[in-house]
Amino acid sequence: MTYAMNRLTVPVTVDEEKCIAAKGCTVCVDVCPLDVLAIDPIKGTAYMKFDECWYCMPCEKDCPTGAVQVDIPYLLR
Amino acid sequence: MDTIEIEVDVLVIGGGTAGPMAAAKAKEKNPALRVMVMEKANVKRSGAISMGMDGLNNAVIPGHATPEQYVKEITVANDGIVNQKTVMEYATSSFAMIQELDSWGVKFEKDETGDYAVKKVHHIGTYVLPMPEGHNMKKVLYRQLKKRRVDITNRLMATRLLLDEHGAIAGAMAVDSRTADFHVIRAKTVILATGAAGRLGMPSSGYLFGTYENPTNAGDGYSLAYHAGAELSGIECFQINPLIKDYNGPSCAYVTGPFGGYTANANGDRFIECDYWSGQMMMEFYKELEGGNGPVFLKMNHLAEETISTIEEILHSNERPSRGRFHEGRGLDYRSGMVEMHISEIGLCSGHSGSGVWVNERAETTVPGLYAAGDLACVPHNYMLGAFVYGKLAGESAAEYCATHALAAIDGKQVEQERERVWGPLGVVDGLPPSQVEYKLRRMVNDYLQPPKVTRKMEIGLQRFAEIRADLGRLSAADPHELMRAMEIHAILDCAEMAARASLYRKESRWGLYHYRVDYPEKNDKDWFVHVQVKKAADGAMSCFTRSIEPYLVALDEEEKTAYQKLRIAKEPAAA
Repeated sequence: MTYAMNRLTVPVTVDEEKCIAAKGCTVCVDVCPLDVLAIDPIKGTAYMKFDECWYCMPCEKDCPTGAVQVDIPYLLR
Repeated sequence: MDTIEIEVDVLVIGGGTAGPMAAAKAKEKNPALRVMVMEKANVKRSGAISMGMDGLNNAVIPGHATPEQYVKEITVANDGIVNQKTVMEYATSSFAMIQELDSWGVKFEKDETGDYAVKKVHHIGTYVLPMPEGHNMKKVLYRQLKKRRVDITNRLMATRLLLDEHGAIAGAMAVDSRTADFHVIRAKTVILATGAAGRLGMPSSGYLFGTYENPTNAGDGYSLAYHAGAELSGIECFQINPLIKDYNGPSCAYVTGPFGGYTANANGDRFIECDYWSGQMMMEFYKELEGGNGPVFLKMNHLAEETISTIEEILHSNERPSRGRFHEGRGLDYRSGMVEMHISEIGLCSGHSGSGVWVNERAETTVPGLYAAGDLACVPHNYMLGAFVYGKLAGESAAEYCATHALAAIDGKQVEQERERVWGPLGVVDGLPPSQVEYKLRRMVNDYLQPPKVTRKMEIGLQRFAEIRADLGRLSAADPHELMRAMEIHAILDCAEMAARASLYRKESRWGLYHYRVDYPEKNDKDWFVHVQVKKAADGAMSCFTRSIEPYLVALDEEEKTAYQKLRIAKEPAAA
């Protein structure tokens, strides 16, 4: 079986200038009920790995540096 | 990938609302017990109240309401199909729970005399207590867990319960969504607090995770209880809610109602007398939506500026705070426009309607050592406060059970079988991605189970579900995260099949839109004034049967019985 890769925009974006994941912070990854955020090991910043968002906002509210922004997923906007 | 063995006395599955309360109360009853909360997400921000809650929908507070009155209200709202004992236990414990939460630091609205500022939203009584500062619920609960030294494990998804040779609880098995490690937890008792089956129907946006319920609540607990041989009840009484169209969250009439907001049709006119969510209300909502006066809106644009800013402050900071962002994106202001509303996808949730794992007034299920609380436990219209009350009851009952029961031996065969099932998708090469299977399954749920319910459609639905069941072995997971999604599909499929079978079994219409069967359009009390139960039979097949309704503790008079049947506002006939 072969797989196609579909491009998707994701609702959660992270300001790489503000993100302090390189210093060991994992708050947004920890609090996400759907476990859809991850830390990019090369960049050392958080990003949305899976497009499975409830736009519930703990990641944004709990981020200590205000780096995370939750938008409404495009399909719902 | 390892297999990890853990031993506890009380295992609480689910760390949202009922779960933390259950763990705290088990520990309070006997501090020597080893109590563990096992959470699929992270206890700090999990479950239906991850961002807090804007109010109590069912506070029974002396001076405002009586337990008897509340039991009547819920009996009528749930069309008579209730075990009143369970509702009465909730009603009589509700006030003490509010006081305890208050002492823990949860803020409820009070008037100038310090009394709770309860508002009227229901048809008959007064039970809604606003929590304008209710965003810190999870912090309050987390503090209690830490204080009482409850063990917490995050990112573990329970997949099956373990039973001893007599069919009593021996523990549970789980998979880690980060490492795919397999966990075998030996426990004297298990408390299920996994929330609603919220990922059953597909939202009309087509976005799988844009559900009304927190989509982490995929119905795992319904499936766990079912495979352990527990009875489930009222599964055919679907949860269907009136929501903000596309955003798919509450708009929310319980908050805006007491301020003067209301549900209106396209002309801005009221068409229902009462905005409290019930099947009967949803039926009128559906008729208006589909009729010439549709669509349906939440109307606030007639209210004063200061009222609207108060509403905005509550709605845009609690429960579903991204509501404000959604409206802003479409240029909607409560001051000038109305909020377009729609009907949610179907789900199973006793917190709002009446479908759940059967429990008695001690939160005991029909499996010895297994307890259930919150949205998945069948105590109709239970809401958040009901989750707390039944969490408490479950925790206390479980602690008592531990005093007289030893740990049961673990059956190696059950463990081996389950590990094989759970790790299966990791070994499938060129298989089906979970997202594709879930999309198809939930689209079929919409096509065949969304009311109005049609017999032949539900039968075809069962065929489609069986075909998807045959595909489960082809599910492939590229990583532990996808493995969690794959195992969730197993649970969603169980819930879909239960929903179809229970709906086919009850050959009448009841609960307004929740169980509107066009082939049997009338309510039939003569044959169907009973609970419909679903259970895994000895031969492994899904079976449905009836359970009679226990004599009422609080009698209803004829007028009260029909209170929720007359929600539509009667129009004065136009002058000739």
